Amino acid sequence: MPSRIRLARRGLVCGLAASGAFVLLRPSGAPAQPRGILTRPVPSSGETLPLVGLGSWITFNVGNDPVARDSCAEVMRQFFADGGRLIDSSPMYASSQPVIGYGLHKLGMPPAVFAADKVWTSGASRGPAQIQESRELWGVPRFDLLQVHNLLSWQEHLPTLFAMKDAGRLRYVGITTSDGRRHGEVERIMRSQKIDFVQVTYNVLDRAVEHRILPLAQERGIAVIVNRPFREGALIRSVKRHRLPDWAGEVGAANWAQLLLKFIVSHPAVTCAIPATSRVDHVQENMGAAYGRLPDESLRRRIVAHVEGL
Amino acid sequence: MSEWWTYSLSSFLLFAPRTYYRLFELYNQDIWPVQVIALALGAAVVVLLYRRAVWRGRAIAAILAAGWLWTAWAFLIDRYATINWAATYMAAGFAAQGLLLLWQGVIGNRLVPQPISHVVARAGLAMFLVALVVQPLVGMVFGRSWTQAEVFGVAPDPTAVATLGLLLTAQRPSWTLMILPLLWCAVTGATLSTMGAADAFVAPLLALAAIVLALINRRMPQSLPAREP
Repeated sequence: MPSRIRLARRGLVCGLAASGAFVLLRPSGAPAQPRGILTRPVPSSGETLPLVGLGSWITFNVGNDPVARDSCAEVMRQFFADGGRLIDSSPMYASSQPVIGYGLHKLGMPPAVFAADKVWTSGASRGPAQIQESRELWGVPRFDLLQVHNLLSWQEHLPTLFAMKDAGRLRYVGITTSDGRRHGEVERIMRSQKIDFVQVTYNVLDRAVEHRILPLAQERGIAVIVNRPFREGALIRSVKRHRLPDWAGEVGAANWAQLLLKFIVSHPAVTCAIPATSRVDHVQENMGAAYGRLPDESLRRRIVAHVEGL
Repeated sequence: MSEWWTYSLSSFLLFAPRTYYRLFELYNQDIWPVQVIALALGAAVVVLLYRRAVWRGRAIAAILAAGWLWTAWAFLIDRYATINWAATYMAAGFAAQGLLLLWQGVIGNRLVPQPISHVVARAGLAMFLVALVVQPLVGMVFGRSWTQAEVFGVAPDPTAVATLGLLLTAQRPSWTLMILPLLWCAVTGATLSTMGAADAFVAPLLALAAIVLALINRRMPQSLPAREP
């Protein structure tokens, strides 16, 4: 475990022991965060989120396997212990939602959790029932963020989500896409709708969002969640065959996962990257990217050139 | 999703390989000793192929139908659907195949075997034996545990391949009954291939062989009257 995380965890324990008044005074939905963890504000509220979250695509879809469910709960335990907050899922991810619910229940419903889910169904009529079902599977009183998955029937779902937000049953509204699909439509929605979040694919090799989506998010005050930071593991498997460059230490990256994640979250428009994993050691590595320094522009370019050259 | 062409097969793979194989492991634990019964019924099918009893075609169809219906419910709906929402639709296909086998094979008696001396029937029997004996062992060849074995009558892949084999042994192979097993072989081949499984080729290859053999069978003279009472 990176030493900065150990320090941060000590900071968390001390903070929890000594800051009862702070806990009482802090705004709802903004739990104390470990000292040293890097965060970025959600533009529409100012609430800060750690730069690294937790995805659940594939990795948390383990069905009813009790051993695998416990492993996922341990991943979540480590994620929260290292200061993580945002967990993302979708009804599309089969058993990922109930597995997250199992983990949250097992961990005593950590107050830090920032519950991000999606609505994924054609037409408006099924939306509310699906959202309700998802909420019950998570076991949370309400979602922090609901996103329209892959823009599916977004014209129908966004009004539902905005109405939920207005009624106080939801804190943020967003949309998602992946692998560079329908960026034109994403842009139109970002310009025409008052969404809080947009979720896109961005990594050292897939950088299409740098041209229009990320600048537009900054301009419009929209938080950005980054999915597929490792191309579903293919990217990290590919680069791991090579030695980590010595200069990775300049930004405190102790491994490839941290270097690749630090590249992503160092973009000023990015609020949070959501790598998915089913391994505790990997979540520790991932969370390490949310500590220490981040690469500046010249080092970002160096990371791109290096990985493209491998 | 309006841009289907932008999706790769991996976009539809919802689970990790270890989750898929662990599903079989837990399933095998849960249903034990049904696998033994299924294998015994498979052995009974081989015996029936060599018997002259007039009801043998109906009995073979009933055993196959039971395998498809069991797999639809116990594996696809009860287990596989927990990690793959599309399994519900697959289960509907398996249930339809089970009912078709009951209708055409048990009620219509259209699965009467031809003599095993017939070359296509021999190939069909060989394919059935591959499903019964070899397919459960394939995983072990590629490093998986025997506890994850996929067994005829309770797991989809060997059930589909066994059905194709037995349809080839029939005097009048039914193309209608071949459609869903062939489709399943394509689906499982795509799934396993996306998972990077070394044995992904097995079911599609056998399905291809079944198509070729069925076409050959159409051109060859039948050894027996087309139908028995």
